[in-house]
Amino acid sequence: MGIDRRKFFKVSGLTALGLAGGSVSKVFSGEDFLDTAAPVRPEGPLTAQRWAMVIDLRKCHEQADCNDCVTACHTTHNVPKWENPKDEVKWIWKESFEHAFHDQEHPYQQESLKHLPTLVLCNHCDNPPCVRVCPTGATWKREKDGIVMMDWHRCIGCRYCVVACPYGARSFNWRDPRPKIQKIEPDFPTRSRGVVEKCTFCEERLARGMLPACVEACKYGAMHFGDLEDPHSNVRELLSKRYTIRRKPGLGTNPEVYYIV
Amino acid sequence: MYDAGKVILGIVVFLTLVTFPLWYNLAGETVVQAPELEKAQGTQCVADTEWMRARHMDLLNDWRDEVVRDGERYFIGPDGERMEKSLSNTCLNCHVNKDKFCDHCHNFMSVDPYCWDCHIIPKEVM
Repeated sequence: MGIDRRKFFKVSGLTALGLAGGSVSKVFSGEDFLDTAAPVRPEGPLTAQRWAMVIDLRKCHEQADCNDCVTACHTTHNVPKWENPKDEVKWIWKESFEHAFHDQEHPYQQESLKHLPTLVLCNHCDNPPCVRVCPTGATWKREKDGIVMMDWHRCIGCRYCVVACPYGARSFNWRDPRPKIQKIEPDFPTRSRGVVEKCTFCEERLARGMLPACVEACKYGAMHFGDLEDPHSNVRELLSKRYTIRRKPGLGTNPEVYYIV
Repeated sequence: MYDAGKVILGIVVFLTLVTFPLWYNLAGETVVQAPELEKAQGTQCVADTEWMRARHMDLLNDWRDEVVRDGERYFIGPDGERMEKSLSNTCLNCHVNKDKFCDHCHNFMSVDPYCWDCHIIPKEVM
């Protein structure tokens, strides 16, 4: 017999020590941090495996006149305000309940519910149809956190995505938006004529450690934003305790904006 | 060759006309001066001047792709400090006058980049 029990323990013990020692010395030597060409993370960006939003429509409906989230979003992102609805550009807006959830409709629905203003925005679908049709890769789903992104540099204005999106979440700049931006926010670019735009879950704010502008602006705690993959996150907590619905789930887009009704 | 004299004369006239701007400039000794650009306010650029002069557009394209596509928003500057990859915030922080820096040379070179259709010149909104 080549190896007895005593020898086996000696060898395996030494091997384990060697492996542990190797990784420990690597940590203390700091060689992982020497490579300055490596991308640097800012202090405390907000990260998640899958961002999602929960909107409490009951709280929102109580404040039917409140428009804080819409204003905050549109000023933060230099969204122009056109008088003509044909030119309209919007990232987040209010739709009547019956339009936002027309698949929930039945002829005897509460009259009051039908007309309640309901917040709608890009659903950051898990299976986004806009991404499938984009010929230039100007819109794509970010693998690390599921945000459906826009690269306005690459958008050629074909508007396939506008047609593909079943939620109407995308707007096209038919005209130069600059003259119609009330106050230009210097930290965010405007768009140019011929480009499609939509909500990006405030990825530029998340990178700086801030919550989306709409969530931050909501005084009534009606908007919740968190990691769907984390079982202890605020959104998972709400989803497990409250009855929630999504817009047009039957289409298979797997939208990630949930509504408490 | 038929009409050799006429053909050769034609070629000579043609070449003279085509190369006219070259020898006219040589004879007139009009040396074109590169435009004087405004001095930056900072002490050090993100790369050395010669390199930036030739390759700043590539750098900006790389930054654009890294920030938008990969979410890599920061880089280590020459002084070892962390800087944002941003045209409006990092570049124009030192090169404060876009007209006397960017536009002055772009006009001379007759190039028309469309950065400013969307990106904001900090001065414009103040």
